[in-house]
Amino acid sequence: MRKMIEGSRGVAEAVGLCRPGVISAYPITPQTHIVEDLSQLDADGDIEAEYVRVESEHSAASVCLGAVAAGSRAYSATTSQGLMLMAEVLYNIAGMRLPMVITGVNRSLSAPLSIWNDQQDTLALRDSGWLQLYAENNQEVLDMHIQAYKIAEDDRVLLPVMVCMDGFILTHTYEPVDVPTQTEVDAFLPPYDPLFKLDPNDPYTLGAFAGPEMYEEMRYEIQRDALASKAVVKEVAKDFQSAFGRWMGDVIDTYRCDDAETLYVAMGSVVGTLKDWVDVRRERGDKIGIVKLRCYRPFPADELREALLGANRVVVLEKAVSVGAHGILPPEIKAALYREAKAPPVRTAVTGLGGRDINFETLDEIEARSKAGEDGFFAGLRQELVEAS
Amino acid sequence: MTASTKKERRKPPLGIVTQPGSSLRNKTGPWGILRPVFDWEKCRGCNTCEMICPEGCIRHLEKKQYEADPEYCKGCGMCAAACPFDAIVMEEEHR
Repeated sequence: MRKMIEGSRGVAEAVGLCRPGVISAYPITPQTHIVEDLSQLDADGDIEAEYVRVESEHSAASVCLGAVAAGSRAYSATTSQGLMLMAEVLYNIAGMRLPMVITGVNRSLSAPLSIWNDQQDTLALRDSGWLQLYAENNQEVLDMHIQAYKIAEDDRVLLPVMVCMDGFILTHTYEPVDVPTQTEVDAFLPPYDPLFKLDPNDPYTLGAFAGPEMYEEMRYEIQRDALASKAVVKEVAKDFQSAFGRWMGDVIDTYRCDDAETLYVAMGSVVGTLKDWVDVRRERGDKIGIVKLRCYRPFPADELREALLGANRVVVLEKAVSVGAHGILPPEIKAALYREAKAPPVRTAVTGLGGRDINFETLDEIEARSKAGEDGFFAGLRQELVEAS
Repeated sequence: MTASTKKERRKPPLGIVTQPGSSLRNKTGPWGILRPVFDWEKCRGCNTCEMICPEGCIRHLEKKQYEADPEYCKGCGMCAAACPFDAIVMEEEHR
């Protein structure tokens, strides 16, 4: 059904349609509306989940860990500081091979305290064993949650999925979205049938101690399955298209790339801004295209290589800082192109930190500076503030 | 879904212990360097050592006769500390 709803409401409805058995979350801006809406849906009897109120994000993730271990489908959502507090449990969930979904609402990290958007928080969890999907708009984030459960619970994967959505830009924005019916979602996403679960009649031990003679093999298995999950992400995107008629890319998506000389790589809602900007620049004769990175973990190096080779210049937008190093996303893009003799130069712009608006002016600045060969610069920086310090 | 068809789906990932009794297979004896030595003159057969052993490896053979299984005893010394009659001394084991 076509509805005009807030991004958070869309996520709540999508999660409800996935019939989670247990939801546990701790409210934190800008994730709050998602869990408020789910709590309301639960209180009204519209969904039949056990909604567990907890005293922290660490507990929320722990409740979900136990719920999945006991064979239930579980859901949580958090952001920023809450995600950092969850981190210890999140590594455990992945290590114990428990498939679940959380919404990682993207917000900057303290200090300084900021509630506004960038992608520093979820990027900090990139090595945790969680698969990460980044959504461009409210329809995509709604659809991604339904896909995420199917990916996570696939026998070939058995890893949790974090659906990342930009705080405020998506969570608090009203957009028309198609909300599928329960019958449609039930047909696409069967009930969770765990391969193993805690059961006194068929006992298992999860998360046990592993000595040096075994730990490495366990990490190897996670890595092997995470890399192989790329095929599942693609497969599920195709299945979703057949079931719901919507396609927003699988691991990547492209926009006006065919004859493009310059390619921009970005994740999340900024891709929407980029598309409008590219349309304007195209009218002026600038051959610019966009490669949207939709699935950051597993990292689609092959697909990116194929999409980026042939361009004269690649520009990576990064809404985070790898403090003291050369970036988070850009080195991975460069590594994907490293063996190629005709690899285009890759330039990086750090932008949109702590909710700083990324507008056409910012993008014009990035285009001009990257074209002039600058790399690793902060776009939209208020020089007068920096120089005064 | 039955257990056999689940096995056909995939082998459980490593680290998931599917059979009980793994602590029997995991021999912890080589961890320690100390071993309890009993003084049968002092021992009154009260069972404190057997009950307090966190590894559950002290066996009561007969009245006033105990044995710490060297395959599992980590030499933690809790039995010696708890013995009301100071009948257990921890001694270095040379292997």
